[in-house]
Amino acid sequence: MKGNEAIAEAAIRAGVDGYFGYPITPQSEVMEYLMLQKPEERTGMVVLQAESEVASINMVYGAAGTGKKVMTSSSSPGISLMQEGISYIAGAELPCLIVNVVRGGPGLGTIQPSQADYFQSTKGGGHGDYRLIVLAPASVQEMADFVDLGFELAFKYRNPTMILSDGLIGQMMEKVELPPQKERVTEFDQSWAITGKTKDRERNIITSLNLDPDKQYEHNLKLQEKYKSMEQDVMFEKIDCDDADFLLVAYGSSARICQKVVEMARSRGKKVGLLRPQTLYPFPSNELARMARKVKGMMAVELSAGQMVEDVRLAVNGKVPVSHYGMMGGKIHSPDDVLKALEDKYIGGY
Amino acid sequence: MEFKEITREENLVYKRTPLMTDTPLSYCPGCGHGTVHRLIMEVVEEMGIQEDTIGIAPVGCSVLAYDFMDVDFSQAAHGRAPAVATAIKRLWPEKFVFTYQGDGDLAAIGTAETIHACNRGENIAIFFVNNGIYGMTGGQMAPTTLEGMRSSTSPYGRNSETMGPPYKITELIAQLDGTHYVTRQAVHKPGPVRKAKKAIRKALELQKENKGLSFIEFVSNCNSGWKMTPNDSNIWMEENMFPFYPMGDIKVDGKLVKG
Repeated sequence: MKGNEAIAEAAIRAGVDGYFGYPITPQSEVMEYLMLQKPEERTGMVVLQAESEVASINMVYGAAGTGKKVMTSSSSPGISLMQEGISYIAGAELPCLIVNVVRGGPGLGTIQPSQADYFQSTKGGGHGDYRLIVLAPASVQEMADFVDLGFELAFKYRNPTMILSDGLIGQMMEKVELPPQKERVTEFDQSWAITGKTKDRERNIITSLNLDPDKQYEHNLKLQEKYKSMEQDVMFEKIDCDDADFLLVAYGSSARICQKVVEMARSRGKKVGLLRPQTLYPFPSNELARMARKVKGMMAVELSAGQMVEDVRLAVNGKVPVSHYGMMGGKIHSPDDVLKALEDKYIGGY
Repeated sequence: MEFKEITREENLVYKRTPLMTDTPLSYCPGCGHGTVHRLIMEVVEEMGIQEDTIGIAPVGCSVLAYDFMDVDFSQAAHGRAPAVATAIKRLWPEKFVFTYQGDGDLAAIGTAETIHACNRGENIAIFFVNNGIYGMTGGQMAPTTLEGMRSSTSPYGRNSETMGPPYKITELIAQLDGTHYVTRQAVHKPGPVRKAKKAIRKALELQKENKGLSFIEFVSNCNSGWKMTPNDSNIWMEENMFPFYPMGDIKVDGKLVKG
């Protein structure tokens, strides 16, 4: 099954109530798969092709306000177009899932895989001080698994979750174990969701507007506290890290490439490990700081000019040298490319 | 007559609409928004559908509509109310869903969402208050600003050659198969108020019958933006706005009204 199809099937099985999207390569299979599956018959899920990414994210905003499980998916230029809506969703504290199957940019760029949307996804993207929960799948299995996890975290924090994938993970085919079918939820949180004002409660209002500066300030303090508390849900995978004296840090498709690099390096007698963040926000900063006490150096490998490497450097805080290697999307580095860069650093030193 | 006498039950001819909240309206004295709010809430009350009604507030003067109307509300990004309403209605098909939008919101930045929600025939009501100007931001030119009309961004009057002419989005969306009931109303006098209320009732009744999209334009004034007294603005509206935006039904039962 393709990564994009795994997202779609997992969405039906997660009991998602609504999907709103707009076609864009390389993620169009998500909506195509959903439409083929007739989810309105399988679970009663609503799937609607909107007139634009702007409309789809605002449909997600509206639908998320009802307290139901809703999502969209797109690729880089479409995600850029959605940023205003994502900021509203974060400001209004609504749970939802946004899937970004990243392609190369800037601009219309290329339809080939890239990881150059890291800044946009983890640092806000739209206007205002907000964060998304960002999950980075490295396999088709994780594409499927992170749908349910994404909603779990989104509802836990009443915050949008983004699955930050890329054209490689979205398009590649792998074996996948699909989760069991969940029932769609029929009870909604009356404390905030717009379900129709009953006599026993005040009306619920979904808004991100606070004209009173004191209220806006308080709201922002509350949001910041929430973002900080997300640290408890940080997720990462460590491969061959126990005896490692050099650490690769990579997520998503680059992590898959680096898995091979670790094997190749170890066969040449070099003690290389890989730390793979599964959540990019919250970022595994504490673990990286711990690893900085054990290794001689780190190299962040990304399909970008170097974005995540900034967070690695912040976490390591100068303890060990941190370098970056990566092609900037469109073209993909091979394990050989990475190994050569690694050996230059490893042997050549800093 | 004594004060006590006047306020006796049988002498009362008007009272506050129960579904309007106690929050004082933020609109300028003489503005039509408050009347449209009140009419919508009167209809919701009379139909007994408060528990099943969800409103969508726009960006603009009526961004705080949710402070005044006592039903569940979602505020929407500028122009996106029809998309927000589409999704809410699709997920809550049994609820009554309406958007409340101004002319800048609906006919400029939100044109795509307006046209596509209308074209899909979403089973919602769109209440569109057209006062020919951006009120909230301080009186800039709107897509509905009349030819020659002054605004803060057309200080010498709207020049259709360089700024484009005003356009009638209501007639435009009436051409789409998805719209079922399209009408243009006003709320500046008791007669038009009664007609406008009937139109609102019809729109919500049609929604109950799953007839598709109802669209009501309320041609209204903006005495602050137009820089006139409330009374002068109403006279100016009758003399200048109504000839370009004529009152009455444009589409009934899914059929264009010949006229």
